[in-house]
Amino acid sequence: MPADALRFSGVDVYYGESHALHGVSFSVGEGRVLGLLGRNGAGKTTCMNTTVGLLQPRRGDIALFGESISRLGPEAISRKGIGLVPQGRRVFKRLTVRENLVVASRRLPGRQAPKWTLDTVLDEFPRLRERTSHYAGNLSGGEQQMLAIGRALISNPRVLLMDEPSEGLAPQIVAGVFATIAKLKSQGLSIVLVEQNPKLVIDIADDIVVLNSGSVVIAETTRSIHEKNIDVSRYLGVVSAEDAVS
Amino acid sequence: MWFILTINSVTLGGLLFLLSAGFSLIFGLMRIPNLTHGSFFMLGGYLGVTLIRFGLNFWIAAILTALIMAAIGVTVERLLLRPLGGNAMQQVLLTLGLSFIIADLSLMIWTGDPVRVPTPPGLEGTASLFALQFPLYRLAVVGIAVIIAVGLWLMIERTRLGAMIRAGVDDAPMARVVGIRVSALFSVVFALGAALAGFAGLMAGPYLSIYPGLDSEMLPLALIVVILGGTNSLLGALVGSFIIGFLFNFGQVLFPNLAYVILFLPMLVILMFRPQGLFGRLT
Ligand SMILES: Nc1ncnc2c1ncn2[C@@H]1O[C@H](COP(=O)(O)OP(=O)(O)OP(=O)(O)O)[C@@H](O)[C@H]1O
Ligand SMILES: [Mg+2]
Repeated sequence: MPADALRFSGVDVYYGESHALHGVSFSVGEGRVLGLLGRNGAGKTTCMNTTVGLLQPRRGDIALFGESISRLGPEAISRKGIGLVPQGRRVFKRLTVRENLVVASRRLPGRQAPKWTLDTVLDEFPRLRERTSHYAGNLSGGEQQMLAIGRALISNPRVLLMDEPSEGLAPQIVAGVFATIAKLKSQGLSIVLVEQNPKLVIDIADDIVVLNSGSVVIAETTRSIHEKNIDVSRYLGVVSAEDAVS
Repeated sequence: MWFILTINSVTLGGLLFLLSAGFSLIFGLMRIPNLTHGSFFMLGGYLGVTLIRFGLNFWIAAILTALIMAAIGVTVERLLLRPLGGNAMQQVLLTLGLSFIIADLSLMIWTGDPVRVPTPPGLEGTASLFALQFPLYRLAVVGIAVIIAVGLWLMIERTRLGAMIRAGVDDAPMARVVGIRVSALFSVVFALGAALAGFAGLMAGPYLSIYPGLDSEMLPLALIVVILGGTNSLLGALVGSFIIGFLFNFGQVLFPNLAYVILFLPMLVILMFRPQGLFGRLT
């Protein structure tokens, strides 16, 4: 049986004494999209930051294609093949668009030609191509989000983590971002998609995990959520619940 | 007198830039004021003059001094600062302690007498232009400072390494997440900062001479330059250096009793209205 692309096994994370993740377990199959839902403070970003090595789990393990990565630093985890589109985008504001991409690109082991290069990323996001020498801090929110996605892709990750890529963007821009996600999925990339609004992920995700106060409360395939008519929204924010009703 | 004062101010400005550019880079990336920076300056002067006494040409001694200081900088960063794992308070205290150790060792090795550094051959005299006598060596110092400023600017703004350093200054955790080895960059900026400071120390030799206490005279000047010009800004360090060069020299002559007021007052005023410094950016 092939190993999962990414697997959390009983992961506990603390901020000092504050217990943020309680034995979190879930897995992302290769080529699948996992929607990670939960209201403000549920622990979604903590999961992402632990995966990329910014936080260390106190217990439990995180494995990438069967290989444990939970004791590695962020640089090493990036080289193992995890890309992060962080919450709030966090593009390097004082670097140009081109520099933001160049600092994140690197040679792959072996002789294989990388799928994502400066050129192919700029092909994917023509808006960025028009702005390669602009400072990232001067871009619009939507452009910064494209840049954050491009910066994650250019390292040619095997698993892509996206932390609330729709946050603070106009609906039209969000639609564009999700079109990109759909395209990446169709190319076989394994993706974790963090959102607060279930409506955004339900169409694109194969699996749904819902966090509440640092614990997994729902972990189902999207299909069984539909079939069993599971109410995801009761674990989500007020806004999302209203959305679900309306 | 005004003329000589101006020349001295510009020269000091050039030296201060060499000192504070590295200080500013280290502060921007590692978020600690390197209190050993004045010691690097003094140590460079002593090392350089020792090499010259062994018979080396001034310029070869200067380059060797920079290389030795770079090695010392890497060693300090790797062996002493890194094990503290990013604990800023401990790191700052360590750089302070190290500055005392370097001061004592220098006193042991080079004694308490000021060491005069011979002016490099060919630059002893003056050049006259418009009936003014320009001391050649000081002009050379300013010229070298400007060349190094341009080189540093190109390195920081136009190379991939420079972009990585700026990324680390901007958001170090995110830089690590995209695969940049930020801890390797710490070594790079520490080596570069130590090399520039040591080089500046030797450059200062023929003009200030090298003596115990030079370290603790230079460190506050570097601090003011960086606070005034703004951290994370090479241009700020450059402009700040020349402002302080002028304030220091003119202040000492015009208001000898208030020399430090003259130095610190403009800094306070600027900080009140622009807390990020003249050229700094709020992050
Ligand atoms: N740096 C930190 N120090 C201490 N506690 C933190 C820190 N970051 C997050 N927390 C706490 O950990 C919990 C989980 O936060 P996290 O950021 O993972 O939530 P989230 O699901 O991403 O929320 P949001 O939707 O608002 O982004 C919250 O209770 C939060 O207050
Ligand atoms: Mg979050």
